[in-house]
Amino acid sequence: MYKETVLPRILEQVVNCKDDIAQHYLMDCIIQVFPDEYHLQTLETLLSAFPQLQPTVDIKTVLSQLMDRLSNYAASSAEVLPEFLQVEAFAKLSSAIGKVIEAQVDMPIVGAITLYVSLLTFTLRVHPDRLDYVDQVLGACVKKLSGKAKLEDSKATKQIVALLSAPLEKYNDIVTALKLSNYPRVMDHLDNGTNKVMAVVIIQSIMKNSTCISTADKVEALFELIKGLIKDMDGTPDDELDEEDFKEEQNSVARLIHMLYNDDPEEMLKIICTVRKHILLGGPKRLPFTVPPLVFSSLKLVRRLQGQDGDVIGEEVPATPKKIFQILHQTIEALSLVPSPELALRLYLQCAEAANDCDLEPVAYEFFTQAFILYEEEVADSKAQVTAIHLIIGTLQRMNIFGVENRDTLTHKATGYSAKLLKKPDQCRAVYACSHLFWVDDQDGIKDGERVLLCLKRALRIANAAQQMANVTRGSSGSVTLFIEILNKYLYFFEKGNPQITSSVIQGLIELINTEMQSDNTTSDPSADAFFASTLRYIQFQKQKGGAMGEKYEPIKIN
Amino acid sequence: MVLVLALGDLHIPHRAPDLPAKFKSMLVPGKIQHIICTGNLCIKEVHDYLKSLCPDLHVTRGEYDEDTRYPETKTLTIGQFKLGLCHGHQIIPWGDLDSLAMLQRQLDVDILVTGHTHQFKAYKHEGGVVINPGSATGAYSSITYDVNPSFVLMDIDSLRVVVYVYELIDGEVKVDKIDFKKTATANASQ
Repeated sequence: MYKETVLPRILEQVVNCKDDIAQHYLMDCIIQVFPDEYHLQTLETLLSAFPQLQPTVDIKTVLSQLMDRLSNYAASSAEVLPEFLQVEAFAKLSSAIGKVIEAQVDMPIVGAITLYVSLLTFTLRVHPDRLDYVDQVLGACVKKLSGKAKLEDSKATKQIVALLSAPLEKYNDIVTALKLSNYPRVMDHLDNGTNKVMAVVIIQSIMKNSTCISTADKVEALFELIKGLIKDMDGTPDDELDEEDFKEEQNSVARLIHMLYNDDPEEMLKIICTVRKHILLGGPKRLPFTVPPLVFSSLKLVRRLQGQDGDVIGEEVPATPKKIFQILHQTIEALSLVPSPELALRLYLQCAEAANDCDLEPVAYEFFTQAFILYEEEVADSKAQVTAIHLIIGTLQRMNIFGVENRDTLTHKATGYSAKLLKKPDQCRAVYACSHLFWVDDQDGIKDGERVLLCLKRALRIANAAQQMANVTRGSSGSVTLFIEILNKYLYFFEKGNPQITSSVIQGLIELINTEMQSDNTTSDPSADAFFASTLRYIQFQKQKGGAMGEKYEPIKIN
Repeated sequence: MVLVLALGDLHIPHRAPDLPAKFKSMLVPGKIQHIICTGNLCIKEVHDYLKSLCPDLHVTRGEYDEDTRYPETKTLTIGQFKLGLCHGHQIIPWGDLDSLAMLQRQLDVDILVTGHTHQFKAYKHEGGVVINPGSATGAYSSITYDVNPSFVLMDIDSLRVVVYVYELIDGEVKVDKIDFKKTATANASQ
């Protein structure tokens, strides 16, 4: 009865009154008063009244309310959903909105977008599986936005962000959103600032849901969407952006890179290449953030491929460690644009170690060469040099792939640079660290006792020089700590069985330290005292161990 | 009973996006009295997050840390124990226990906490205990293969410390514990 008699009469009255305020109020009442099932069934009739209303009536608000009511109705129970399909609700609403927007030429853009937001909410509630409907709504939005300049109105942009966020929240899966062809087109109409806001929303959605994006195509589509974060839009850098905000932005891109993954090495390599292609457009400010995660992602792939030869005859296998190292080399090289020599040095050393594990001697050597070049030419800060040389020594110590010549060249360079550090204590420590380059505990490891001793002796000379310098410059000897450190190193190699290091050598060093510590000249240093005491305790403990170790330590006298 | 959280080598965002969800849900503010971190956080966001768990946060510098002002080593006393903290990339050979023992003697501490290798270790020797909490995110390491995310919680009670290690293995958190007692005469001179 409502459908046949009541509603048409009411609507007739509403239209005929021709008073915009009354019309608005009355339409509102109709929607609020009558139950939602009624509205569904009379949708066509109801919607047909809208174009007949006075042009000044705020139809979009009324329409939005109607859609919101119907959305809630749909959400209330799954049983009502078939009814929506039966009455073709989506098609009718969609067309009604289209007509309203067309008719009200002066409607501000925010009004139109709000209508689409309501329609989208409706669609996601009622027809969540119909991606084509969702895309249609976005498409209508694109049409409305096209031909205009990028949006300036903040209310409108807020609504667009709401529009674009809705599918993300509904599906919790960026991959679904990537299937919406109009999604990127809507984003293109945002101003740069809002585009980036939306990009961050997308990344947050991915991180929150731990979504894994698993093909190069999807990665390509995703990076298209977030391109505002990846590179400077319109070629002009965004100088207004706060440094903290920029860091946060880029760090979220970095985190995102870890979510791009596929078990299949070929596909993973494609993903890596796609990401690389995009981040290299980012410019010097972004590279320090985006290059490291890509490098480590690639190193993980190398590790998976380790042991697999890849050079199977007759098969074209693009994903090989060698190929990946080439890509890595070029990628890390890009950091020279920044410039970020310390970071690049660390990454080259990581690659060298990985190449070592893949038995690729020339590749490992090349990475070391690059690291050394950076050290020589770019790392100027003395504190940075200390860390850098220790990283080089530490990595080199672990290399087992190098033949004698290559190894000699690199160790020679490492020890040379160690002795050239600015401060004497730093020189001393780096040089005795180099002693480990000549003694590796593995079965086939190098065990060159003589060169070990040479390093330790050199360290002693430097420690002596440091003492003398302190004497001259400060009038009293510096701390004996360096000597105690070197003593500990002597003990280390003594225990390992270096024939060059005898108990008498150690005894001599102990006497030396004792003398130094008791000398009037020496400034008292409680931490050096404690260090010496604990070292002597250690020697005592080893003596008391008995067996081979006890015998070894027997000749050493401590009092 | 004093609870000390020891963790490090998170390498966020260079090598990992975040702490594992299961760890995050276990680490609740207000339950821990001290946090000691071996380094390689690497960004301020991680520092702030750790600070929110416990205001008494100690961090030493890892080679990838954004903030280069963290100290190379740190010592602190908790109850009867002297703890030493150092990232470990400075001690060569990396992960070598004898070389770490030397650092322990130099810092004159009962418990030395270091990282860098991303491999959990708890090792007792005549001079004390060396603990490596591993990598809290299971980050890639050139030194260790197949890193499982791990961290350590120490319960210090007068002369006894119980070391709980939490490891995420195949999606499940496994806990193990090791007891250490400090002998009262450990530091008496000969």
